[in-house]
This record gives sequence, structure tokens and C-alpha cells, in this order.
Amino acid sequence: MTESGISAVGALADPLRRALYEHIASQGSEVSRAEAARATGAARNLVGFHLDKLVEAGLLDVALRKVSGRDGPGSGRPAKLYRRADRQLSVHLPPRDYETAAHLMAAAVERHGADTALYASAREEGVRRGRALPAESGRAAVADAAAYLAAHGYEPAADPAEDPAGNRAGDTPGDPVPPAEIRLRNCPFHTLATAFPPLACGMNLELIRGLFEGAGITDATARMDAAPGRCCVLVSPTGGPSKTKNIDME
Amino acid sequence: MTGHHLAQINIGRLIGPLDDPRLAGFVALLEPVNALADSSDGFVWRYRSEGLPDATTERPFGPDLLLNFSVWESPDALWEFTYRSGHLDVLRRRRDWFANLTEAYAALWWIPAGHIPTVAEAGERLRLLRENGPTPAAFTFRDRFPAPGPTEATLSS
Repeated sequence: MTESGISAVGALADPLRRALYEHIASQGSEVSRAEAARATGAARNLVGFHLDKLVEAGLLDVALRKVSGRDGPGSGRPAKLYRRADRQLSVHLPPRDYETAAHLMAAAVERHGADTALYASAREEGVRRGRALPAESGRAAVADAAAYLAAHGYEPAADPAEDPAGNRAGDTPGDPVPPAEIRLRNCPFHTLATAFPPLACGMNLELIRGLFEGAGITDATARMDAAPGRCCVLVSPTGGPSKTKNIDME
Repeated sequence: MTGHHLAQINIGRLIGPLDDPRLAGFVALLEPVNALADSSDGFVWRYRSEGLPDATTERPFGPDLLLNFSVWESPDALWEFTYRSGHLDVLRRRRDWFANLTEAYAALWWIPAGHIPTVAEAGERLRLLRENGPTPAAFTFRDRFPAPGPTEATLSS
């Protein structure tokens, strides 16, 4: 583990910093100091101090932008906007390097053309994990699926697609309509998916399908829907209409 | 706008003839995926048989070897189409339709913008990659090389 990795983890020991980091990570967009203060109920100055500590630790990125979207005189001072840094942080004590192992194994799978063997292994592991958690009743299937994904290291988010009025599903408090589709904000296999896209994304898909299968979730279906800047897997209601453009493969 | 575009060739060994029922899923995807490529950002050119929508009847590298041969504005443009579009799902299922090739099966190389590469040229680049590994003359996504320096034409424009 690197010195900067130790500092970054250390920066999260403070409960308010951790709450700020988690709030910002859960937002798909940039967050201002005022919004972060509102979300955590802490004073703005204190929030500003801790946000800057998180930037110093490399956990957040900051950009100066005019929130009004206007330029020129009278458009106001630019505000600091925070978002989760792209940087990946791995902490293993004692030091371990599973990442290199994963890349080498992926290279071997690719060299041998053993994609389907990897997918089958991922499916089985997903089923095993899904079985370990009994399904909760009384929730919409897609919301249920989201809870399972969150319990397994994913960051599910309602599809940010907007209706013509610019409202996002689930935006309104008490919105009775559950999100129709779930995207995953993070890719748990990000560096692997960049180096071996078909293998890593196919493995991820089968892991999620297995998770649903093992947990008995039949009303949500996972499929590939790759596009720039997001996870390749999309979860939608089984048999439901899809508003995303996708080539139907199955 | 640089003075160079990126050419790519990749070949695949089919598990059977194109009318084999096991390949029906692949055949059904040819038209939509080719249309997706043609409309992608940075797409420049795609090899196809005269008067036909694709090159599946061409077998310059062997009776069961399909080729996919195209030109893009940049490696990133090609990467985005290959791995961040509906095309990714075709790749995910490649083992349903294509046998594993033990030799290099995909090569990239730089061409002057406007040049239309030939099949012979593509075959030569694949041969270079197989013989020498990645070099500026023929490389891969994993081992990329930058475009050659700007040409006189682009400097004066």
C-alpha cells in the first residue's frame, strides 16, 4: 500500500468527512459546498474545511464553476464543486496484489478463448452470493434488486434519463413511481474492464444475473447496454418496455 | 484534425458456414451493428463487397476467416465504438460464433487521412504484428503508438 493510500484512508476516519464523501459519491453530479452542508446538517465553513481535506487526500476532485451557468460580468463568483475522484484506492494490509493477478488471469482466459468458462464461474458465484441473502418481500422487484446490488459492492442509481419536464424518476420525495431501470454508478472491476472489456463486462453481467437467480429475483433482468462513461450493465423490469436504444441480443 | 487516421483489421474463424443455425444470432446482428458503426463518432470507412452491405462473402485470408476492416479518426473513436456501444455485447458472445485464434487476429496502423487501405495492406500489417509484435507499423489497443508527426499539408492549413 502506498503512503498516499494510507493518508486517504486516514482522511475518512472523521465521521463528518466520511458522511461528506459518501454523500458526494452517491450523487451522479457535482456537489456544491452549500448542498453538502445541507445534506449533512453541518455548518458550511466546517464542511468547506473537510471537503478540502478530502481533495488533498485525493478522494474528491474539485472544479471552479459558475453555478448559474452564465459567463461574464454579473454572473457571480465561481463556486467550488466537488465530485468523487476517478482515482482508484486499494488498501491491503499486509500488502496484496490481486489486481495484477486478475489482469494476468484475464489475459490467460483471453489467450485460451475461455470466455464462456469465466462466465459460467461468475454465474455460479453470483448464485451462491444471492442465496446467502433471503429475499425481502413487499418491495418492487427492481428496488429489491437495487438493495442486493448495494449489498454487493455496487452503487445502483435510478436511470438518470429525464422526462420531457426535466424530472428524474425518484427525484421527488415520496415519488410513488419506483425507478424503471437501474444503472450502476461504479464498476467494481473498473481497471480490468478497461483492459479486457468483453471479458470483464461479460463476467460482471453473469455475476449480477447469478445474484438475482440465487436471490429468487425474477422480476428484474440484467443485460448489457454499454455506453461511454458508465457501467455496461443495465437492470430493468423483466419483460417491461425499455426506453434505451439497444440492439436486442437475446 | 490530425493528418492521420487509424486503420484496423481483425479476422475471426467461424465455427461453421454462415447459414449454420448456430450462427443465426451473429448473422442477425450484422446489419444493426454495421449501421451502429457507420453512425458512430469518428467512423471514416468500412470495407465491404461491391454492391453488398458487408464483407461476409469475402474470404481473402482463408475459407472460414471473416474479416472486419475499417478506418477511424482516432484510437479513442474506435475504442468507444468497440467497447462502449451495443458492439460490446457482440464481443461478449464471440465464443458462440468464432473459434479461438492463437495468433494475433487484430492489428491497428496509422494511414494518411483520405487514404483507403487495401486488403493486401491489411494482410501485411497483420503479418507484421504476428512477426514483430506491436511496432508503429502494426500495433494493438494494449500497446498503442502515437500518430506520425503532422504532415506538411496539415502544417500549412
